[in-house]
Amino acid sequence: MSSFTRRKFLKISAATVTVASGAAVLSKHSVTPAQAAKRPATGVQRIPTTCDICFWKCGAIASVRDGVLWKIEGNPDDPLSRGRLCPRGTGGVGAHFDPDRLRRPLIRRSDRGRDAWHEVSWDEAFAYIAKKMHAIKAAHGPEAVALFSHGIGGNFLKHTLKAFGTPNMAAPSFAQCRGPRDTGFRLTFGEDIGSPERTDIKNAQCLVLIGSHLGENMHNSQVQEFADAVGNGATVIVADPRFSIAAGKAKHYLPIKPGTDLALLLAWMHVLVQEGLYDKEYVAKHGFGFEQFAARLATFTPEWAYPETGIAPDVIRATAREMARHKPATLVHPGRHATWYGDDAQRSRAIALLNALLGSWGSKGGFYTPASMDVPAYPYPAYPKPARPKVDNPDHRYPFAHETITTGIREATITGKPYPVKGWFVYATNLLQALPNEQETIKAIQNLDLLVVIDVVPSEIAGWADVVLPESVYLERHDDLNVELFREPFVALRQPVVEPPGEQKPNWWMAKRLAETLGLGHFYPWKDIEEYFAHRLTAAGLRYEELKAKGILRGAAAPIYAADGVPLTFETPSGKIEFYSPQLEQAGFDPVPVYRKHEEPPPGAFRLLFGRSPVHTFSRTQTNRVLADMMDENEIWVNADVARRLELKSGEYVRLRNQDNVLSNRIKVKATQRIRPDCVYMVHGFGHTAKGLRHTYLKGASDSQLVTRYATDPLMGGTGMNVNFVTLEPEATRV
Amino acid sequence: MSRYGMVIDTVRCVGCMDCVVACKTENNVPEGFNRDWIAYDVQGEFPTLQMEIRSERCNHCDAPPCVYCCPTGASHVHDVGGVVLVDYDKCIGCKACVASCPYGARFINPEGYAEKCTFCIHRVEEGLDPACVSVCPTHCMHFGDLDDPNSEVSTLLASRRHHTLMPEAGTKPRIFYLT
Ligand code: SF4
Ligand code: SF4
Ligand code: SF4
Repeated sequence: MSSFTRRKFLKISAATVTVASGAAVLSKHSVTPAQAAKRPATGVQRIPTTCDICFWKCGAIASVRDGVLWKIEGNPDDPLSRGRLCPRGTGGVGAHFDPDRLRRPLIRRSDRGRDAWHEVSWDEAFAYIAKKMHAIKAAHGPEAVALFSHGIGGNFLKHTLKAFGTPNMAAPSFAQCRGPRDTGFRLTFGEDIGSPERTDIKNAQCLVLIGSHLGENMHNSQVQEFADAVGNGATVIVADPRFSIAAGKAKHYLPIKPGTDLALLLAWMHVLVQEGLYDKEYVAKHGFGFEQFAARLATFTPEWAYPETGIAPDVIRATAREMARHKPATLVHPGRHATWYGDDAQRSRAIALLNALLGSWGSKGGFYTPASMDVPAYPYPAYPKPARPKVDNPDHRYPFAHETITTGIREATITGKPYPVKGWFVYATNLLQALPNEQETIKAIQNLDLLVVIDVVPSEIAGWADVVLPESVYLERHDDLNVELFREPFVALRQPVVEPPGEQKPNWWMAKRLAETLGLGHFYPWKDIEEYFAHRLTAAGLRYEELKAKGILRGAAAPIYAADGVPLTFETPSGKIEFYSPQLEQAGFDPVPVYRKHEEPPPGAFRLLFGRSPVHTFSRTQTNRVLADMMDENEIWVNADVARRLELKSGEYVRLRNQDNVLSNRIKVKATQRIRPDCVYMVHGFGHTAKGLRHTYLKGASDSQLVTRYATDPLMGGTGMNVNFVTLEPEATRV
Repeated sequence: MSRYGMVIDTVRCVGCMDCVVACKTENNVPEGFNRDWIAYDVQGEFPTLQMEIRSERCNHCDAPPCVYCCPTGASHVHDVGGVVLVDYDKCIGCKACVASCPYGARFINPEGYAEKCTFCIHRVEEGLDPACVSVCPTHCMHFGDLDDPNSEVSTLLASRRHHTLMPEAGTKPRIFYLT
């Protein structure tokens, strides 16, 4: 059996892995503008591709000057970026030049006392992995191998692992992010919000943001449309414990007490119903169970909500009336990262219901009906049927989970129930920062016979791997075709712009070679990925050569609003918008959302909140030197009056201690008027402990490390993470 | 003659720093330095707050102290658009201009010369917008000829409330912020 020390956290650093001397740091290529202007135009190539600094996949055009990557701009043909990338996309050049990148496949040495790695050839790496996988399959069945992946790059690995015979593959984007939101909307409208979100922000006349910090959360299309809405004079209503960037644009800023959003939502709905301000025709036509719903709202008055939320009754009424005034062009944004308190699917359902009252689902300025291009899947052989169901959700204990639960796989790996999981593949997600309670993740890893991590930098999770496979960054590789539901149908291509600086390989190549090594080569009938593209595009009546040249092919735009003839249909049991949900009731849950109090921080402690910066994505961009120049470490936002009372000044370092006595790395105080006194806030993704991430090692603090507690959503298994409390300890006085 | 300037809409700007990143890659600004930056101007007390977000850079002043004080003539007013530039070959890195600029717009490049925003004159002369203007995802930045009453910048200034930074310094800045 494995012991804890068996897998010491191995630090992949420059000491153990040679960094090729060819690594170019941007500043070394300094040219003056005049020099730049003098370069012959023939020296600059412009290649269309798609961005992958986040999963939004904006259409981009990369410029390569004299063979060296120079800059990346938006592709004007692309409906997602509309010709303009977000700051991370523009800074994507730093991903290619990052001197901390993984360069060769690594296998952990068997003499475990000496934290070090063998650099191996790709063939050796695959042979090692295949041998372990066969052994796991022989002892436990193929379902004992699981995949955690994030983004489009995981597609081919999923294919290989399905061919191997496992159904266990999950992304943190469900149970650690948007899952509750999609469950709440499914239960109400029968459909997901999707990604990119089907929110018609640019046409909204009234936009309501509940904790959603657009502008800091930088999903390009959403932020562009937010600026359009603000520029058009839309009324913005923001409920957030922190005066966010969006709050700065708001007509009404509601400094809500954390954890009470559901109370506010119920009171808003109460006002709309009680004052008869909701869209009666829409509700009568499309609604199911409205009377029962309305009856249950009776007690949720603004006066009832006031002591919970801290928002005065007249403000609740005024904002509800404002929403009604602009209906149906009032968009109550469903947010994205929705895993907060463990009752998140019900809160999201309340957001869905509020939108339903306003008639915004299907309306201009509300939620549009998206379309996608019809590009048939590649005709692969049928996958073997797994002998056992997925491991993450035994007996459907979370009855409304419609995707696989990462933390469910983790739990099965720890307990061996309903069956053991012995192999993990981790693709492009730093699980130690993505999942709550890192000790549980480490405990699960202890039970593994094989952990393969595919990454571009030596992240924390790579430090725990048996095998590390270095991937080329998005600018150096092809990925699967991007066919997405959006305002209009399109297909987009990610293609290499420059060569990788070492032996890094694209994920599709790894997935294919692994399949071949496993004896599953017949699942890859194509020779290389361009043949795969050409096949799929031909089947769709499109030309690969044209896509290659343009980066994007757009389909004909069709109507997207009900008013223009899009039929409003609802895939719920009643076929209508379920104001009252019999399926929730049957499963033992509230058929109409009910507010229940959440635990509050003890005296002297603060609720820990976290969010996004526009210049970083999760915990994966902090080593990017261009983006690090924009933001090098995170800060802990503390209310200015509280800071004065605690004698803390901006710029001073503190450590945070949580309720379970976990102490963070040091982090700078930002004393500010822009936050409530009962909570503190930091940007997620900093406080790296992997030494190989040389630039960002121990810069700032990690919220994930402090999220030792989480509240599991009984509907869908999401992990609410805003339930941790911290105290602040000045760095100087620490013993 | 043209007189280039910028008009930046603080109502739309979200402070995302794309303008800063784009300048960096376009002009290979060395690590640790930036030619433009974001200012967050917060007024009031929680929760009654007002915030203006500004993308700031060299104001290409009509009365530029940095040019007046330069002992070598390296800092000069370019004949196209009146853009304030530094001739890197003439610059001796004496820092007089850095000290004279009330906006902190200049820094000394590690290679020893004064550097700052050029309005991306190499792009402008090719008919393109400066890099920051061309990438801004919120379309809040506008560049053009302030002397042309029909230019976008002039019509915006004619129709919207605006201000400049530290007008009391007497430098006559050519970057205007819409409010
Ligand atoms: S939103 Fe930004 S980081 Fe994400 S894909 Fe688009 S440009 Fe890239
Ligand atoms: S890119 Fe535009 S929105 Fe972003 S900070 Fe700069 S000016 Fe503001
Ligand atoms: S902002 Fe500073 S550097 Fe720019 S022209 Fe004015 S004084 Fe000179």
